[in-house]
Amino acid sequence: MSDAYIYDAIRSPRGKGRKDGALHEVTSVQLSAQMLNSLKSRNALEGHAVEDVIWGNVTQVGEQGGCLARTAVLASDLDERIPGLAINRFCASGLEAVNLAANQVRGGAGEGYIAGGVEMMSRVAMGSDGAAIAVDPSVAMETYFVPQGISADIIATEYNLSRDDADALAVESQNRAKAAWDDNRFAGSIVPIRDRNGIDILDHDEYMRPGTDMQSLGALRASFKDMGEVMPGFDAVALMKYPHLERINHIHHAGNSSGIVDGAAALLIGSKEFGEQHDLKPRARIRATAKIGTDPTIMLTGPVPVTQKILEDNGMAIGDIDLFEVNEAFASVVLRFMQAFDVGSDKVNVNGGAIAMGHPLGATGAMILGTLLDEMERSDKETGLATLCIASGMGAATIIERV
Amino acid sequence: MNDFTMNKGADGVAVITWDVRDKSMNVMTRASMLVLDGLIDDALADDAVKGVVITSGKDTFAGGMDLNVLASIREEAGDDPARALFEFTMGGHHMLRKIERAGMDDKNKGGKPIAAALPGTALGIGLELPLACHRIFAADNPKAKIGLPEIMVGIFPGAGGTTRLVRKMGAMAASPLLLEGRLNDPKKAKMAGVVDEVVAPDELLDAAKAWVLSEPAIVKPWDEKGYKMPGGAPYHPAGFMTFVGASAMVNGKTKGVYPAAKALLSAVYEGALVPFDTALKIEARWFTHVLMNPSSSAMIRSLFINKEALEKGAVRPDLEDQTVRKVGVIGAGMMGAGIALVSALAGIEVVLIDNTQEAADKGKAYTTAYMDKGISRKKATPEKKEQVLALINATTGYAALAGCDLIVEAVFEDPGVKAEVTAKVQAVTGPDCIFATNTSTLPISQLAKAAGDPEKFIGIHFFSPVDKMMLVEVIKGQKTGDLAVAKALDYVRQIRKTPIVVNDARFFYANRCIIPYINEGIRMVKEGVAPALVENAAKLVGMPLGPLQLVDETSIDLGVKIAKATKVAMGDAYPDGAVDEVLFWMAEEGRLGRKAKAGFYAYDEKGKRSGLWEGLAGKYTVAETQPDVTEVQHRLLFVQVLEAVRAVEEDVLMDIREGDVGAILGWGFAPWSGGPFSWLDMVGTPWAAEATNLLAEQHGERFRAPALLEEMAAKGQSFYGRFRPGAKAA
Repeated sequence: MSDAYIYDAIRSPRGKGRKDGALHEVTSVQLSAQMLNSLKSRNALEGHAVEDVIWGNVTQVGEQGGCLARTAVLASDLDERIPGLAINRFCASGLEAVNLAANQVRGGAGEGYIAGGVEMMSRVAMGSDGAAIAVDPSVAMETYFVPQGISADIIATEYNLSRDDADALAVESQNRAKAAWDDNRFAGSIVPIRDRNGIDILDHDEYMRPGTDMQSLGALRASFKDMGEVMPGFDAVALMKYPHLERINHIHHAGNSSGIVDGAAALLIGSKEFGEQHDLKPRARIRATAKIGTDPTIMLTGPVPVTQKILEDNGMAIGDIDLFEVNEAFASVVLRFMQAFDVGSDKVNVNGGAIAMGHPLGATGAMILGTLLDEMERSDKETGLATLCIASGMGAATIIERV
Repeated sequence: MNDFTMNKGADGVAVITWDVRDKSMNVMTRASMLVLDGLIDDALADDAVKGVVITSGKDTFAGGMDLNVLASIREEAGDDPARALFEFTMGGHHMLRKIERAGMDDKNKGGKPIAAALPGTALGIGLELPLACHRIFAADNPKAKIGLPEIMVGIFPGAGGTTRLVRKMGAMAASPLLLEGRLNDPKKAKMAGVVDEVVAPDELLDAAKAWVLSEPAIVKPWDEKGYKMPGGAPYHPAGFMTFVGASAMVNGKTKGVYPAAKALLSAVYEGALVPFDTALKIEARWFTHVLMNPSSSAMIRSLFINKEALEKGAVRPDLEDQTVRKVGVIGAGMMGAGIALVSALAGIEVVLIDNTQEAADKGKAYTTAYMDKGISRKKATPEKKEQVLALINATTGYAALAGCDLIVEAVFEDPGVKAEVTAKVQAVTGPDCIFATNTSTLPISQLAKAAGDPEKFIGIHFFSPVDKMMLVEVIKGQKTGDLAVAKALDYVRQIRKTPIVVNDARFFYANRCIIPYINEGIRMVKEGVAPALVENAAKLVGMPLGPLQLVDETSIDLGVKIAKATKVAMGDAYPDGAVDEVLFWMAEEGRLGRKAKAGFYAYDEKGKRSGLWEGLAGKYTVAETQPDVTEVQHRLLFVQVLEAVRAVEEDVLMDIREGDVGAILGWGFAPWSGGPFSWLDMVGTPWAAEATNLLAEQHGERFRAPALLEEMAAKGQSFYGRFRPGAKAA
């Protein structure tokens, strides 16, 4: 089995996922194509250079439907002989794209791949692709479906995580993201988005709120309290699954949950031979990948068991990991991760996360893997792990090590 | 004489009249469905018939399906009952769809208008048939109830009512009608969009006929091209949240134990995504699925068939009518006031006696307040209020009792006080007037000693609040005679409650089962089981209240009083010392329950529960390792169920139907199960004996299977097999 390496990792800046967001005018296809074009030009990928483009994307309807991966390839400067595969593993789609590509390479099915993802949340509304697990009573009731925000609050309740804990993590995310930008730590991987005339549209993460403090967060109302306690009453469903709890402690709000944003990210994955052939230097080896299913009601605990699994499968221990990216879908997800593994916050999301910069669903997994690699290089760390919680109760993880 | 008859008028309107001869209200049977089907064929084929009106020969339209039909189809079907039920259901769909299409071709051309004319109440298939017609006329009859109450007995509207109502008004608007079985009077039914026209009763038929002859458009919206469901189908942005919310609401409210609600919602969801005829087929599949669920047959048996049988005197001695004309209620406290109210509502003359005029008046004021509330909710009129109040004579004078043919004594639970009152009453009425004592704890045979004639002395145990609780426990003392039983049962029938008749033993039936339930909950708290787990486990198995909430409602000091009395009576055999430790400590802390705004729960100043009392964990530490929720549920169920079995063994219960109906109506025992005996039959006596003996090994001898259960388990017997309805314990 050959090894799979990361040769490049880029991302778009993240625009506010609203009608007044800077990227709202850009189509999903265009944003994707600019990522592909950037990888092509940065790495001189002429002709049939890669086997496939594996593209993560959650809400695959409208302009994001119809196998966006292939449409993006055709809209880009890539050779038309390169096909495209659109995949959806919810919030881990971007990471799963990388993992699939890496495992294809390891298995000998091609030498090089582009893997990444996109989500234009301002243009294609989250949830607009429907979901039987939420809507079909015979599934929703049997699986005790509750929306993710309720799940995040169940985690907080089950593991005794307070509103203050969550708010403190959010403040830290904002401070770290600001410091990282001020220090130009993302400079190597950010691809500014331009119009057809080459005019800049966005070159920085515009969702951030530097200066956020405990006091400003303290004023925010818990977002999921009403739907939990009043209408339609998701807490009652949660308590059916977790009957030892008396009530759900609603700690999450807009300020300690991930931001709704537009964005895309892409990585160039290949074998050793691929690098030699294209005269590229590998930046990291993809050491291991893993995915797992978990209880769908609490839904977002996946990073813990998937990390346990990836470590066990590869004969590693938590202490072997120097740096972590744990997607900040909700503060409680990261807090629970640190609690479960007794990992200090100095090793986790050191340049901020999705609470500060946003979480473009299908792209985030690829984004945080790139962020992890950049930071491993900057701070000279050997081994890093990226993991995300996933809707419907799943988790995914990737371990990379520098070469 | 057929249940449906047709009269073709000279005006071209064929009037089909539904009139089941030997019933006060029409019910649909298999035979009558075939007759109706034939009449529709006839009317559609006859060129002289321009249209049809379907109405009733009674002042109501119909009460619904004869639920015995469903049971008999299942029984007759041999080894493939699901297919038989499905085909029967589809047969109904074909007939109703024939009415709805009324001879139209596939381009919606042709066809004859068919109107439904409802003189009064229309329930279940009695509304599903009209919903298949092209226009529904209802007489302006405020007493009429219109709706689909199927969900109340564990099924759902399976004759197209689910599919048609949702398509007619949208999932959101239809949900209270389908999921809660909400009934409306005709005006409200029109506002809700269930019926189309409300007309004066004497114009009903003419209005329907006139409409039929007006060459109206008769194509249903869902048979038109481009039909869109009101409020949005499941994957329409507007419908999406409705459907997501509906699953959560149904799940949370039913705690997952009512298969009918789940099936109903699935039929609505899946049906909304396909054309109408396919939706009907889906409805039939889910309906069959529910009918095949043992919970639905158990619920139908207990909550419909046997409840009605008991109300109609299934266990009444065969004596002449004992209708009560004048009742004396002694003691105008909470119970007496409630008894006076329900008696007067039934048109019975009431003498309400207490020691002071003030107390007696206060008791009567309960009726005033009740009627005022009814008036404010438009459920009563000022005239009705005066009528009811005029029936109640609140007084201190025992002489007013002269002429009473029943006495219900509801004074303080003290044998001495009760004996004194009994003597005082009988000084006026003489020993022949039937004397009933309302007690929940005192042995009837003891109290009977104060009566002139113990044969005429009986216990009537009302549940609190009297006007809301549907069960009345009639208790026979050792010497109580048949006449007293017949009197008590006729009285219960008059006040429209459901009776069970039990023999005299400690706590009779209901309380002997409910006290162990409360005690088991408290015992678990002492063991370190999380109080939230105890309460949630109870609710998740279908109990309306967790044991801790229940004891807060009934009050801790009452629990202490009962515990002390029981301990004295039982001596060394008393098994609940561990429970008493917690209970007595709570009482010492002044946490007497809801009335003290402090109990196992904390309460705010208004007396609203704010959550489990945190101080409890300070005294009884919540253990690190918690039991599985199923184990907690088994403990809470078996403590009740085993008491019910012992009640049969000890001949306290003489009929298991009463045990099941009484358990559900009396203390809300998991209605989905059909009652303790239905539950035992559902899980099977061999499993039950094994499971409870396992609990006995782990948690104590109170869980040891009683000899009767052991014997039945060994023989593989079921309760409803061994104790056939009406048969005494074998």
